[in-house]
Amino acid sequence: MRSLLPVLTVVMAILALWYGAAVMLNRQWTLDQATRAGQDLTLAQIVADTMAQDRPKLPAPHQVGAELWNTTGAMVLEGRALSKRSLIWHGWVTLSATLLGFAIGTGAGILLAIGILHNRAMDMSVMPWAIASQTIPILAIAPMIIVVLNSVGVSGLVPKAIISAYLSFFPVVVGMVAGFRSPDRMQLDLMNTWSASPAQVFWKLRWPASMPYLFTSLKVAMAASLVGAIVGELPTGAVRGLGARLLAGSYYGQTVQIWAALFAAAILAASLVGLIGLVQRITLKRMGMAR
Amino acid sequence: MKTPVIKADHLDLVFQTNDGPVHALSDVSLGIGKGEFVSFIGPSGCGKTTFLRCVAALEHPTGGSLTVNGMTPDAARQARSYGYVFQAAGLYPWRTIAGNIRLPLEIMGFPKAEQEERVARVLDLVDLKGFGRKYPWQLSGGMQQRASIARALAFDADILLMDEPFGALDEIVRDHLNEQLLALWARTGKTCLFVTHSIPEAVYLSTRIVVMSPRPGRITDVIDSPLPRDRPLDIRDTAAFLEIAHRVREGLRAGHAYDD
Ligand SMILES: Nc1ncnc2c1ncn2[C@@H]1O[C@H](COP(=O)(O)OP(=O)(O)OP(=O)(O)O)[C@@H](O)[C@H]1O
Ligand SMILES: [Mg+2]
Repeated sequence: MRSLLPVLTVVMAILALWYGAAVMLNRQWTLDQATRAGQDLTLAQIVADTMAQDRPKLPAPHQVGAELWNTTGAMVLEGRALSKRSLIWHGWVTLSATLLGFAIGTGAGILLAIGILHNRAMDMSVMPWAIASQTIPILAIAPMIIVVLNSVGVSGLVPKAIISAYLSFFPVVVGMVAGFRSPDRMQLDLMNTWSASPAQVFWKLRWPASMPYLFTSLKVAMAASLVGAIVGELPTGAVRGLGARLLAGSYYGQTVQIWAALFAAAILAASLVGLIGLVQRITLKRMGMAR
Repeated sequence: MKTPVIKADHLDLVFQTNDGPVHALSDVSLGIGKGEFVSFIGPSGCGKTTFLRCVAALEHPTGGSLTVNGMTPDAARQARSYGYVFQAAGLYPWRTIAGNIRLPLEIMGFPKAEQEERVARVLDLVDLKGFGRKYPWQLSGGMQQRASIARALAFDADILLMDEPFGALDEIVRDHLNEQLLALWARTGKTCLFVTHSIPEAVYLSTRIVVMSPRPGRITDVIDSPLPRDRPLDIRDTAAFLEIAHRVREGLRAGHAYDD
């Protein structure tokens, strides 16, 4: 509760800046319209108009809020929660690709990390490729993945999930290799004195020791997955998903819609990462690692 | 002496490092009989840890021979001949104290019921009864170190290798643990190899004190202790005790250990 006041202050400051910026950016259009119509506007009229335009350069917070509400809560109240105009539906389309890609990416990342840990050849060879894979701009490679998969008859959820996986495996590999290598020499020596098998060393020492690393990488991977799914929705000229809303919004200059979709994506990401944080807290507590 | 439990013959170990070879052990010959308590003392870098690690088959000598219970160190490890206690307790933070002590038992495949029974027994042995369900961070450093000794005792190895187990603890806790360690040794009759930097600790605990010196790491003196096995803490003020302590100090000095 003590942190409430500072948090509120920061939020208020951001909102104030945002309104200020909206006035500055949208003012020109208001003035142009007024000149064309031969009107003279007072300052108050200008300010009011900058916050109520249909296609503002920068929508005011309350416009974004209203759009968000109209495409989510209001539609739920009307019983059209899953209509194609609802952000909930679009969000779900993106979320399903995100989760599938996250699962594939995390699984692949952990397996790669295990390979790197136990196999010297993999240790030397996999990491450079993994790093190289992340230096290619995802925007360049996403259309190729979609097109190639489309040509073999795979479309819809799976190509997007693969782009998500492509982005999310990397933080997991890096994090888990570090986690698996986190036990110190003494702990490994102790295992040696008991003649523990490699499998026992892995399951009884390396795996539990890597848990804090796992959750940290999962958080990064989840955010990357969401970005991957949204990017995967752009090149198809897709009609479904938050990415499609962004794209359609920019085609038609619907800035309010773009911003609403952006916020929906941010809220989704924050909830997913928050969820992982919750699982992390529970797991580490049950393991006795949180004090 | 009966057939020694640990027998080192002209043991040599040279580490190849980037700045050339390091002669960690040179011509080390030593026999340790069953039930002895042998302390290793000497300046930093004289090979005390290296010797213990050789016995534990964590390091492999480059020359000479070493047998543990009449076997090679590797075979002795397979036969669960020794428990190793490091300077840090090294308990797993995600396991309770009981869980930590159970770890070697799980790895060695003891049946479940026997695991519990052994954990309870060694917890009692190191005076940690009732702390089994606590996590390591809930215990003091001294208690953690006792738990790590319990872990080394759990699978009934008859040799206990201890590398400065109380080095990081304050003197009062250390005295207390030394007393307990002696009691434990008397009760279990295990063969103990104990590395320390403290002369009083070495003299108080040991039936024999091995003085070492560095560059190359070698044994410069082996001192038999005439002290009785039953040793109250105040034995440290007796003339006999001070006499041995003096000899150890002389031995350390004779190794020219602190010349440079
Ligand atoms: N793995 C290793 N590789 C290279 N050199 C080593 C290795 N382990 C030990 N040494 C060297 O061997 C020598 C003996 O080391 P050791 O750890 O046995 O000394 P110590 O008597 O235990 O010292 P301390 O009292 O500081 O613990 C030192 O010079 C050390 O630098
Ligand atoms: Mg040492």
